[in-house]
Amino acid sequence: MILTKAQYEEIAQCLVSVPPTRQSLRKLKQRFPSQSQATLLSIFSQEYQKHIKRTHAKHHTSEAIESYYQRYLNGVVKNGAAPVLLDLANEVDYAPSLMARLILERFLQEHEETAPSKSVINSMLRDPSQIPDGVLANQVYQCIVNDCCYGPLVDCIKHAIGHEHEVLLRDLLLEKNLSFLDEDQLRAKGYDKTPDFILQVPVAVEGHIIHWIESKASFGDECSHHAYLHDQFWSYWNRLRTPGRSSCSVFKSSLASSWKKSPPKIIIRIGL
Amino acid sequence: MAAVLESLLREEVSVAAVVRWIARSTRGSEVTALTRPQDNPGEAAALSSLRPLRKEFVPFLLNFLREQSSRVLPQGPPTPAKAPGASAALPGRPGGPSRGSRGARSQLFPPTEAASTAAEAPLARRGGRRRGPGPARERGGRGLEEGVSGENLPGAGGRRLRGSGSPSRPSLTLSDPPNLSNLEEFPPVGSVPPGPAGTKPSRRINPTPVSEERSLSKPKTCFTSPPISCVPSSQPSALDTSPWGLGLPPGCRSLQEEREMLRKERSKQLQQSPTPTCPTPELGSPLPSRAGSLTDEPADPARVSSRQRLELVALVYSSCIAENLVPNLFLELFFVFQLLTARRMVTAKDSDPELSPGVLDSLESPLFQSIHDCVFFAVQVLECHFQVLSNLDKGTLKLLAENERLLCFSPALQGRLRAAYEGSVAKVSLAMPPSAQAVSFQPETDNRANFSSDRAFHTFKKQRDVFYEVLREWEDHHEEPGWDFEKGLGSRIRAMMGQLSAACSHSHFVRLFQKQLLQMCQSPGGAGGTVLGEAPDVLSMLGADKLGRLWRLQERLMAPQSSGGPCPPPTFPGCQGFFRDFILSASSFQFNQHLMDSLSLKIRELNGLALPQHEPSDEDGESDVDWQGERRQFAVVLLSLRLLAKFLGFVAFLPYRGPEPPPTGELQDSILALRSQVPPVLDVRTLLQRGLQARRAVLTVPWLVEFLSFADHVVPLLDYYRDIFILLLRLHRSLVLSQESEGKMCFLNKLLLLAVLGWLFQIPTVPEDLFFLEEGPSDAFEVDTVAPEHGLDAAPVVDQQLLYTCCPYIGELRKLLALWVSGSSGRSGGFMRKITPTTTTGLGAQPSQTSQGLQARLAQAFFHNQPPSLRRTVEFVAERIGSNCVKHIKATLVADLVRQAESLLQEQLVTQGEEGGDPAQLLEILCSQLCPHGAQALALGREFCQRKSPGAVRALLPEETPAAVLSSAENIAVGLATEKACAWLSANITALIRREVKAAVSRTLRAQGPEPAARGERRGCSRACEHHAPLPSHLISEIKDVLSLAVGPRDPDEGVSPEHLEQLLGQLGQTLRCRQFLCPPAEQHLAKCSVELASLLVADQIPILGPPAQYRLERGQARRLLHMLLSLWKEDFQGPVPLQLLLSPRNVGLLADTRPREWDLLLFLLRELVEKGLMGRMEIEACLGSLHQAQWPGDFAEELATLSNLFLAEPPLPEPQLRACELVQPNRGTVLAQS
Repeated sequence: MILTKAQYEEIAQCLVSVPPTRQSLRKLKQRFPSQSQATLLSIFSQEYQKHIKRTHAKHHTSEAIESYYQRYLNGVVKNGAAPVLLDLANEVDYAPSLMARLILERFLQEHEETAPSKSVINSMLRDPSQIPDGVLANQVYQCIVNDCCYGPLVDCIKHAIGHEHEVLLRDLLLEKNLSFLDEDQLRAKGYDKTPDFILQVPVAVEGHIIHWIESKASFGDECSHHAYLHDQFWSYWNRLRTPGRSSCSVFKSSLASSWKKSPPKIIIRIGL
Repeated sequence: MAAVLESLLREEVSVAAVVRWIARSTRGSEVTALTRPQDNPGEAAALSSLRPLRKEFVPFLLNFLREQSSRVLPQGPPTPAKAPGASAALPGRPGGPSRGSRGARSQLFPPTEAASTAAEAPLARRGGRRRGPGPARERGGRGLEEGVSGENLPGAGGRRLRGSGSPSRPSLTLSDPPNLSNLEEFPPVGSVPPGPAGTKPSRRINPTPVSEERSLSKPKTCFTSPPISCVPSSQPSALDTSPWGLGLPPGCRSLQEEREMLRKERSKQLQQSPTPTCPTPELGSPLPSRAGSLTDEPADPARVSSRQRLELVALVYSSCIAENLVPNLFLELFFVFQLLTARRMVTAKDSDPELSPGVLDSLESPLFQSIHDCVFFAVQVLECHFQVLSNLDKGTLKLLAENERLLCFSPALQGRLRAAYEGSVAKVSLAMPPSAQAVSFQPETDNRANFSSDRAFHTFKKQRDVFYEVLREWEDHHEEPGWDFEKGLGSRIRAMMGQLSAACSHSHFVRLFQKQLLQMCQSPGGAGGTVLGEAPDVLSMLGADKLGRLWRLQERLMAPQSSGGPCPPPTFPGCQGFFRDFILSASSFQFNQHLMDSLSLKIRELNGLALPQHEPSDEDGESDVDWQGERRQFAVVLLSLRLLAKFLGFVAFLPYRGPEPPPTGELQDSILALRSQVPPVLDVRTLLQRGLQARRAVLTVPWLVEFLSFADHVVPLLDYYRDIFILLLRLHRSLVLSQESEGKMCFLNKLLLLAVLGWLFQIPTVPEDLFFLEEGPSDAFEVDTVAPEHGLDAAPVVDQQLLYTCCPYIGELRKLLALWVSGSSGRSGGFMRKITPTTTTGLGAQPSQTSQGLQARLAQAFFHNQPPSLRRTVEFVAERIGSNCVKHIKATLVADLVRQAESLLQEQLVTQGEEGGDPAQLLEILCSQLCPHGAQALALGREFCQRKSPGAVRALLPEETPAAVLSSAENIAVGLATEKACAWLSANITALIRREVKAAVSRTLRAQGPEPAARGERRGCSRACEHHAPLPSHLISEIKDVLSLAVGPRDPDEGVSPEHLEQLLGQLGQTLRCRQFLCPPAEQHLAKCSVELASLLVADQIPILGPPAQYRLERGQARRLLHMLLSLWKEDFQGPVPLQLLLSPRNVGLLADTRPREWDLLLFLLRELVEKGLMGRMEIEACLGSLHQAQWPGDFAEELATLSNLFLAEPPLPEPQLRACELVQPNRGTVLAQS
């Protein structure tokens, strides 16, 4: 699915300072019925992540944390069953899962002598039952299930989508009788960074020679194209000595203009 | 010096005698053996008196010609701006301008006094403009000249020289004596046509625009003129004892004195002779009226003024060139081409009539009085060098053959050139530079195992990416104006270098750097942005024919405009600049050292490569085909070597190079003493000596020249390098092109060496006197004459493509001719293309070294009688099969052993329990059991080679190969392959097995470790599965939605229908049964979510959509859903399901919020869990027990205790009528809740 710049911008416009909740997503779906839920969620998620990246720092000052924590405490004292933490996150325009993490960290600092390790926090977020305080556990859980852009559940969904698309791609390659080496085989050979698949015999697709394929099961906006290029695609190119236009990354859906600007050595393809 | 020329012109001596005379001196044979039988005693006598001056003759001749031609304005490349020193413009100091242009060189010597009177004797002026301190020679020269001018000039000599002049008058008055010091009259050769005031003084060929690339070179050192000089003052020579030198004090003072005398003499002459009259009209050029225009003066053979004199000078000049007495063959050719294509002559009279020095001797009458003279002279010289011309590229030949002046002056030469053109296949193509390709990841060397630590490995991983990022950025931006390498990338590069802490990381990075260098820069213009490369898809539509034309067009548009004249300074064209700047910006001592080590190693390796040798007798067509391949291989090796050597020279001499002038005097001595202690970075002297001995000069010298071209000023003064230069000089002298004989060097090989050596002698840092050095006793470096029969030198390995690739400046010749055709003024720089080489990648495999013994000798003998391709084929097959054999053994035998190791290890682990013992110990045990099996490898390898080699040889050799030859070739291939494979295997098999087993052990142990359950047996989909189940991501997302709805907050109209829930669980079952898309983390999350869902069902927290009355889920529906979940947990989840979460305080606490509380579902669930064996009673009891510890509201704690008691009171064995019990259960629960 390829979106025009205008379509993309219209969607992005709707997402300005919208909380990452189920309700927001539902409204978005109603507003853009022609777009698939996956595309909308992907755009939502990316836009929201951009927003969080921009504002992340201001929520992490010690003053901000302290004030959030106090507000949380005051809130739960009044009514522990009310969605205190979720409302707080929405009010200060921060991701609920991240707010939960913030408060949890602060809480553990107060209740335990030593600063909690990252893995402990992560484990508690994955399974709030481990949180010693029942009220906080409920609050945290509520934040996590209500956050459609961050949190362990969302991470898992994203990971699952990535995995599924890799499998789809592999099936397609097998179906087309293309011989390839997958990531695991390449790693076994000692490669440090590898794409999903290296074709043992290059193929031509629409006039381009394809040497390797990386599946990106997400919406490709300019930002993510750029980031992927920097973090992954160039690294592959650096290692695989692929002359000319020679590689392919597959996005689920993408903004039309963004991938057209990508460098000639790497082809971005939308849809399998 | 002039005396020699004079006597030549007077025909007192023959040209041959003169050349013999010069050559003998420069070759350094004994001084006394002047007279030879064939020498005319008279000639010998005439010349013997001039003996001390022999070495000066060539420089004199060259400068003489340059001066004489200085009125000619060829349309060469623009002359660089010169320092127009005040003294340079003064009359009487003709050397000034050109010396000025050679700024750096002249700094070696005290500046010549700005003697400015016109009285200085012209001949002495010429001598004086040479090197400053050359006292004895100068002295001698002066004496000679005085004698000449005093006695001989006004006599017959003058008359004879000027055939058309009036015999009764001295030549001076008839001719148009040039005022050599007049800038208007003698503008620099190659400059743009003079504006009224724009001309700058120059007397020599000054075609080199300074390239910006030479940031390291000294600012003023331009290659503006040939290094012509006298014997260096430092060199004590036989001259000092000669009669001419006797009694004269050495040193500069004597020169000053001499100058003074000359000046006086000259002023006397000036006073005596009146200002010369106008030149004879028939001799003078008609230029005055056309001086400002750009039109060319037609050249007419009939109007040549003094044929005989020109012929003689041309002959001497040609002979000097032919004997390699001039430093740079191509520079002289360039000069001759300039004369040939001179557009017009500038005369002095109009612009500067008052300045006309009185000149008496015949040489002072201009040699070139008109364009006709110039062209005549040029054609005369070219006729002598037809052989060289005919070996130029086809484009140059075409331009030469079509040159109308040539046709006009020598139809015969033109005919020969045309024939040569038509027969030439030397089309030098401008190949597309390869686009930058990254060096691929090399699993053998870039593997984790080759790094000291994980950290180093990952650092290198990052560095690779940074390096390419920097490279790409450079590619994108370096052509943009205002972009600065250091500013743009410097800090990033240094940051990256800063991370290379471990020495091992440096070597890794250097290897990457060097590989990338070789890959990108094997062509001089490499990767300079490819226009067509950017959009091949569009172009592919054009079709081959049109594409070819487009290539040619692009070639024309993209070709560098100028390669910087006939003697460009060493530069880093194209992407070499990146690597140069990278080294500079990195400014890392460690990096440089590692780089030098690596470059030296690679140079040694490539220099020692056994390149196939030519068999001269082989003349059938097949050999020609073979030679193309061998030439290509040679070219690849040579270009790689040159590139590596250039960078080695650059890095090695980097610390010693700087913008400051070279040191002199004591400072120099101390530096010399210091530097002579430092061992050379690479023992190039030995390599050169060996190369010469092995007749591989054609390979060794070109890269050595690249290396030396980056030497600093001190280097040539060091004994070590001086030896090298002497060797190179001797080699240069010995490469007489006309001498061709069997077993000697091929013509184009010689031409290549002459070109590169000539270029080297023009490098500013190479002292200009070096070339005319009188060799001292240097027998130590005598080249061993007992050379192998057919060295590489004798093989036709060089073709025009390689010649022009190595020496793009030869292309300047073509450019000159093309400019002549195009009629351009030279301002634009012309359109001549720089020659770019074909893409060359990958070095051929190194043929294996054959073993000793009779068998090996027999094999050698066998190959000797066969075409070289046979040998190459056999060696290639052996090399490949040997290598494949090793791979095969790895994949079969070693892999089997590894599998054995794994099963042994499993046993070990089972018997020894969880501990398993120390891994190192385990490894030892395994290796001691398995390594002996490695011995099989040799037998297997032998068998493999035996099986595979013959077929390959048979496939690659011609069908018609005789059976006996074929079988011998097969046997040799088998033997070589076996030898190669077995050598490797016997040395490495144990280590290989060890390594692989070690990897397997650590893999197994790791797998044993943390997550045995996750590694448990997993069932795949059933065979009939078509993978149409919903995707796990979709399911997680759906369940998450239900969870978030249940947890709230939610709008009043939000909810789920029971059907939806049922459908969801059904889908979950499908997904869990089709494992195609399921990954463990997804399954884990699904399991957890399903447990959460169950808890919400139990607590009746799921908002149900529908009429408000049905807002809560019906009991039956809830149970049905719970049953579905139970069966999913039991049947379909393959990973662990965190069922204990059902009894976590948080989930049980959900019940606390419901009013009225209903415990029946929980009780039901717990029972079912036990019944299905999903949880043990004990486990549930433990969970219930721990629930009591939590803080609950009072009534809830009570109810919880009741539930707990109820569950515990149940009979441990479920009875068949449990279903019935269930129906009762709600009541009890309700009662319980209500109580």
